[in-house]
Amino acid sequence: MSVTDVREAISRAHHEEWARVVAALTGRFGDLDIAEEAAAEAFATAVERWPADGVPPNPGAWLTTTARRKAIDRVRRENKRVDKQKEAQLMYDDPPEPPGLIDDERLRLIFTCCHPALAMETRVALTLRMVGGLTATEIARAFLVQETAMGQRITRAKAKIKAARIPYRVPSAADLPARVSGVLAVLYLVFNEGYLATGPDTDPVRHDLTAEAIRLTRLIRALMPQDGEVAGLLALMLLIEARRTARVSGSGELIALDEQDRGAWDAALITEGHRLVRERLATGAAPGRYQILAAINAVHTSARGVRDTDWSQVVALYDQLVRLDPSPIVALNRAIAVAELDGPQVALAAVDRLEDKLAGYHAYHATRADLLRRLGYGQQSRAAYDKAIDLAGNTAEITYLTRRRDQLG
Amino acid sequence: MQYLVSVITDTTDNLATPDEDAAIDVFNERLQADGHWVFAGGLGGPDTATVIDNRGAEALFTDGPFVESKEFLIGFWIIEAPDLDVALKLAAEGSKACNRKTEVRPFL
Repeated sequence: MSVTDVREAISRAHHEEWARVVAALTGRFGDLDIAEEAAAEAFATAVERWPADGVPPNPGAWLTTTARRKAIDRVRRENKRVDKQKEAQLMYDDPPEPPGLIDDERLRLIFTCCHPALAMETRVALTLRMVGGLTATEIARAFLVQETAMGQRITRAKAKIKAARIPYRVPSAADLPARVSGVLAVLYLVFNEGYLATGPDTDPVRHDLTAEAIRLTRLIRALMPQDGEVAGLLALMLLIEARRTARVSGSGELIALDEQDRGAWDAALITEGHRLVRERLATGAAPGRYQILAAINAVHTSARGVRDTDWSQVVALYDQLVRLDPSPIVALNRAIAVAELDGPQVALAAVDRLEDKLAGYHAYHATRADLLRRLGYGQQSRAAYDKAIDLAGNTAEITYLTRRRDQLG
Repeated sequence: MQYLVSVITDTTDNLATPDEDAAIDVFNERLQADGHWVFAGGLGGPDTATVIDNRGAEALFTDGPFVESKEFLIGFWIIEAPDLDVALKLAAEGSKACNRKTEVRPFL
């Protein structure tokens, strides 16, 4: 086996087994900190040993056993005396588990990391670290914070989980819908940060983050195949991800939906996304937020060109979404679709009604700028572009808005 | 495992209304019946507080609370719960019963 093969095997094992190893050890030792450290040590040992010894036939089992030994070493170091019986139990016995609603330790890990008693940014960091296997350095870079600050955030979260005894389990059936939606919110946030990365020094699209969010959502989908919103979020991410390469030009400018080269969209991702949307429609169950957003994206990705888009369908879906989520941002997106169906005048009236709530949001001004431009109000459009450019954080979007403004007569 | 459920208020009329008192009684009885009850009590407002510092040569007494703030502690429960999920549920019911915010912290 070549060095490259071994490196690939380690990287694959990291992707496939990290969460499982951390979850198994957390279950066994009841301590996220021990589990994380031991998992990291086990992977470091693999990097050292596999090139010489070869990749073991079952990498996951090898990593779990190695991590368990490391964890016992640590417990022994800290406690000085662990009785032999307890040690043997930690090493070999599988403690009997009451059969849960969904029986997978990785799910427990996800629900613990996304516990509502933790701040949102902490949930994101902890999920990427414990479930995604990203290092604190990688997470810090992704969210543009200092590495030490990110390390502290993760350390504090682990300490709170331990001290306040945040349980390591899948929530009861009664609590499950609310808790699942909390997990999905974390994954959607990671995806969005990748999809519309903020900050002058980052790439406009962070594929590492969108890919990680999709990978984790796929994992949850595999663990909870019956959940409609999980399927909806996965479909939504796939249908957005499919347009990734068509969304930013070679010169780093955002390309709006109506100007994208639809031939550059990823057909495989679109097929998969459409299949998920159809599967949900076939159940006849009332769709949640992510399923409706996925359906809207399915309409867009079904059209050969922007003119072929079924805008009445898009508006109808937004109407459905407004009933579930009457937020001004949903209303803004609905207005954008209304502009295509009923014209920019009607849409502008709807957008202007949102001023109180969205005056600080760049997309509000960008939408107004576009509608005012289409209606021939050049001067007002320019002022709106100026505001949008001021407030936008994504470099590709700023470039796009600047060009649009400068093209005004 | 024991948790302190602090009751936080921001109104100067610190006393519970008769309706709140009745709801708190119902909640307390439930805590006792389900084995969560350890202890509970209502406190006087910040105006009744005195801060003591006896780290030096002699004890210093200062009128008022140790920190002036718009919101302050006005009562508490100490509850027995197996984990934070149970503690949070009880604290949520407590918040509803006394019609005030609550804060949960574990005893170490």
